[in-house]
Amino acid sequence: MSEVSPAKAYALHLGVIALLFVLSFVLPDYHHGLLARIMVLAVFAMGYNMLFGYVGLLSLGHAMFFAAGLYGAGLSVIHLGWNVPAAFAAGIACGALLALVIGLLALRTTGVAFMIVTMMFAQVFYLIILYFAVWTGGDQGMVVPQPARVLVLGAASFDLTNPTVRYMMALTLFSIVLLVTLAVVRSRYGRVLVAIRENEERTKMLGYDTFSNKLGAVVLSGTICAASGAAYALLFGYVGSSFASVQYSILPLLWVLLGGGATTLGPLLGTLFMYYVIDITSGYTSAYLLIVGVALILLVLFSPKGILGTIRQRWLGWLP
Amino acid sequence: MHFGPHLLLAALEGLVTSAVLALTALGLSLVFGVMRVVNVAHGEFFMLGAVLAWAITSAIGGHPALGFLAALVIAPLIVGAIALIAERLVLRRLNYNPEATIVATIGMLYIIQQLALTFYGPEARPVEPPFSYRILLPWFGYSGYKLSIIAASALLLLATWLVLTRTKIGLVMRATQYDSETAQAFGIPVGRVYGGVFALGAMLAAIAAVLIVPISQAHYLMGQDPLLLSFIVVIIGGLGSLRGTVVAAVLIGLSDGIISVFFSPTLAKIIATLLVAMVLVFRPQGLFGTASR
Repeated sequence: MSEVSPAKAYALHLGVIALLFVLSFVLPDYHHGLLARIMVLAVFAMGYNMLFGYVGLLSLGHAMFFAAGLYGAGLSVIHLGWNVPAAFAAGIACGALLALVIGLLALRTTGVAFMIVTMMFAQVFYLIILYFAVWTGGDQGMVVPQPARVLVLGAASFDLTNPTVRYMMALTLFSIVLLVTLAVVRSRYGRVLVAIRENEERTKMLGYDTFSNKLGAVVLSGTICAASGAAYALLFGYVGSSFASVQYSILPLLWVLLGGGATTLGPLLGTLFMYYVIDITSGYTSAYLLIVGVALILLVLFSPKGILGTIRQRWLGWLP
Repeated sequence: MHFGPHLLLAALEGLVTSAVLALTALGLSLVFGVMRVVNVAHGEFFMLGAVLAWAITSAIGGHPALGFLAALVIAPLIVGAIALIAERLVLRRLNYNPEATIVATIGMLYIIQQLALTFYGPEARPVEPPFSYRILLPWFGYSGYKLSIIAASALLLLATWLVLTRTKIGLVMRATQYDSETAQAFGIPVGRVYGGVFALGAMLAAIAAVLIVPISQAHYLMGQDPLLLSFIVVIIGGLGSLRGTVVAAVLIGLSDGIISVFFSPTLAKIIATLLVAMVLVFRPQGLFGTASR
């Protein structure tokens, strides 16, 4: 990565955020709702990218962090009657704690073993949700009651079931995470992570504690994914075990691979693209898993760098 | 029924599970051992075997044994051919990169599953067992077919072991497993060995599925549990170790059979998966395997 003027990178990202803001007033209802959902899921993909793209650790269990945020927020509203900010914080805290524990264990392994261990921990998490169906609703899931989904800030109150409010909340979360990601990957810490990805032994020899750096990345990644899950529960009002299944561990991988790993905007692009492909094709066929499967194989075969990764390589070297 | 016979019944059921599991896991273990890649689509090859067995038996009709024998021969061959095509088209182009292979085989998993749903449908369909002789024990009657599964699996495992240790093909496979570059230098067609091993692994899963389908029905999602259990077996037994795989399969199958008779199956799965994850974290070479080179 060449040294670039930070102004250009920040201008691009602020431009994307501004575009999404303007789109809120232009888009028809259907796409408006879809884009709000895509932004929340893009946060999930950005969290995944933090670990997969920048540190090169391929996890097959990130659904558990998303689900930790989802259930942490959703269940504290349903069972404890917490208000929106407290529930959101609870979701994030659950994800961060889980990521810390999983990181401490799973980072003892590398490569293929890391992939399988994370998949197994996610499977355990999924089965635990099914086992405690009395509180979690099992595979039926639970609906977060509408009256509880109101954000009260001082004198103002926002109804999270209102499409415009929901869109703006999703955009706010997306923008914060995008700018945080950009700041992190441009920082000294971000460079150490990339160094670990490129050559862990060398980084260790240069005097960096690779384990604690990787652990930090797992926790950061898990926290971002949990924030996405918590926002999903509060904005869309549903918590369900399908969000903890293997499929939701694979989807962020697909989105990041498609958009481009180790690019800050790749996760948004990948999520957007894949969501619309599935949305459009579902008009013709119900076989959307087939498309996911074919896309995965084509990507690893022909375009392992994804859309933005290829663009960066060919034309725009400064892309963060 | 008293506790003793109850335990015996659970142990017999466990042995049937072990027999099928050992075959399936052996396929996964061979592929990992020789090619150093993890095949996530392995469970789907298992499912394909069962679905094809249903298709073949219902196409042939007549005496159930006739259709079953045909399925036992034809289904694995078709599955092996599909696996070979997938290996040639995808895995070889990826140069057997372990991480890219996992992503690609996840893709295959989704494709096979979706195609099975589209063409076979969401129903679970039964296959008639080839014979329905019941062996009468003093406490309960037990299906003779289930016992024959155990025998068939033992024979196949023995045959695989003989091929691996006593024949030229086995020697070539072991050489490739030990050091593929040196093997190549000695004129072993490593690429063809990889293709063959991948097909063989899928065929073992398909045979296991044909054996189990008369007692468990064919369904398009039936590949998930065998995949997870095979992972568990292969990890406990030590990645790539044949003896460890068989020992672990018996251990896991028996404990799975016994635990799920007495406890909730979900709880049993939670404990088993967690334990195995811990084994992988703290003893990556497996409980019976030797340390990796």
